[in-house]
Amino acid sequence: MKNSTTETKDNTLLEVKDVRTSFFTREGEVKAVDGVSFSIRRGEVVGLVGESGCGKSVTCLSIMRLVPQPAGEIISGEILFKNENLLEKSEDEMRQLRGDRISMILQDPMVSLNQLFTVGYQLGEPLKYHNKVTGSLKDMCIDILKKVRVPSPESRINNYPFEFSGGMCQRALIGMGIANDPDLLIADEPTTALDVTIQAQILKLMKDIQRETNASVILITHDLACIAQICSRVLVMYAGRIVEKAPIKTFYKKPAHPYSIGLIESVPVLGRRSKRLYSIGGQPPNLLDPPPGCRFAPRCTKAKKVCFESYPPQITLEEDHDVSCWLYSED
Amino acid sequence: MGKIWLFKKNRLEKKNDISSGKKVRLKIPYLGFTCLALFFFAVIFADVISPYDPYEGDLINITLPPFWQDGGTTAHLLGTDMLGRDVLSRLIHGSRISFLISVGCISFYGSIGIILGLISGFFGGRTDMAIMRLTDFWMSLPGIIVLFMLASVYGPSAKTLIITFGIMGWPNYARIVRGECLSLRERDFVRLARVAGCGNLRIMFSHIFPNIMNTIIIVATIDVGGIIVLTATMSFLGLGTQPPSCDWGLMLAEGRQYITYAWWLVTFPGVAIVVAVLGFNLTGDWIRKILDPKQKLR
Repeated sequence: MKNSTTETKDNTLLEVKDVRTSFFTREGEVKAVDGVSFSIRRGEVVGLVGESGCGKSVTCLSIMRLVPQPAGEIISGEILFKNENLLEKSEDEMRQLRGDRISMILQDPMVSLNQLFTVGYQLGEPLKYHNKVTGSLKDMCIDILKKVRVPSPESRINNYPFEFSGGMCQRALIGMGIANDPDLLIADEPTTALDVTIQAQILKLMKDIQRETNASVILITHDLACIAQICSRVLVMYAGRIVEKAPIKTFYKKPAHPYSIGLIESVPVLGRRSKRLYSIGGQPPNLLDPPPGCRFAPRCTKAKKVCFESYPPQITLEEDHDVSCWLYSED
Repeated sequence: MGKIWLFKKNRLEKKNDISSGKKVRLKIPYLGFTCLALFFFAVIFADVISPYDPYEGDLINITLPPFWQDGGTTAHLLGTDMLGRDVLSRLIHGSRISFLISVGCISFYGSIGIILGLISGFFGGRTDMAIMRLTDFWMSLPGIIVLFMLASVYGPSAKTLIITFGIMGWPNYARIVRGECLSLRERDFVRLARVAGCGNLRIMFSHIFPNIMNTIIIVATIDVGGIIVLTATMSFLGLGTQPPSCDWGLMLAEGRQYITYAWWLVTFPGVAIVVAVLGFNLTGDWIRKILDPKQKLR
């Protein structure tokens, strides 16, 4: 179904290599993303977790080449999408890709739609920009709404966003995201603004749609429950770097990095009685002036001397399970 | 006793207003609407309703007073001027000049201001810096003196008026539009448009611009009043439209020397200006209130 001329043998869709993105502020350079590397295979759902401000969103904006200008800048690295480096593409070429091959779902559905136009009109926009309209635009919009399971789409396309509930807006946004049948869908905390019951529905919808379209999905979240529900792999970010990459089962059964262990520990478990919920002590480091060694060392209970001196290398524990931590280093 | 009762009643009323869930009705500015209706009636039907040709004098009937005064006739309801021209007809036709000049000015400088403001607010950074400093510079120019200068260089006429006002008026719009644009461009729907692959122009004109329309309509309506006064001022000073035009300001200026024995020559043009300006201002205010989403008045 999809164009496969540029497909690689190992089925990699996106490869991010040592990307650094900084924001230049009055106080100095904020290294929001500091040497992030990972790859995404076709048809895979990957979770990107980490606390607020650790660079999850900036990583994804870097992939879209939408880092806020003029303060932000992608300094170095390579982002290979179907073996083409996105960082070398012109703005026009990027615009062709955005909303077509790569698309994104934003955090707050209620404000992401322009209140002045009907939902149907906005659904049609990505189709129009990329000249994908075949036949009636209205029918195509209705089809999209059907796909994202909005009830009675025929009348709903004439509604304005304020007439939609939060969950329905998010459905419409997902619809816009998948309108052009993208290869890569980046979901930036798609469920944060919704209540828990709707969250589950939206996640299920995303999973279903992902199965139908076989798109790769990067799910940014700080909710580990989301990840458990739909992802097959997890990338854990901390202070601008990826500290652990693991398949979902391994991540929950035997997390390797102390930060991942802490994250899982701090999820409340229903029915387990404990005096106090675990929390990782301390604050994430200031990215203006990050510590020289492991960024997590000041908060880490197992930190050794070497942890404070130099950044740990990436160590492969088993297939697909990498960790950046001195605890697993032989020397 | 009476006082306490009053106090209680007031409190009760207030409470009812809020708790009953009824939306408080916004007063419709009947006065403003009436003034505006009069003005537009005159603009549209000037040829039909004016009893005489505004430019044709009748030297037998010069300086006739309004009909209710001794010597006035119902043939000339508001009297005639020193050349025997009917004051009412001139006022009615004068509304057209005011209207044309204000619409011309606003569309002229409005479009300059909107485009510059959009560019400035949308791109930010150095572009913004440059445009905003230009705006500051422009605003620091003493407007009326520049108007005098330009009008005396290019010769006084309605066209010059429109162009000079246009040159002077845009910074206001640029600033307002820029301010709105600054906050709008950070909104998520703009981000979504980007994510969907929209270009800058498309975002500016089809996503941001419609959201600014509200503000522009309000500012423009209120501006009309200001321009009518300015036009009259310029004509009064002899730098606007020239005789035998029936501009209200010019009528004022011409009637000034006869003020001691023909009061109607200055009074009625003055009243006309007041009516038009009041109409636009009150209506503009009302539009501002109904378009303000924060006010839950409908």
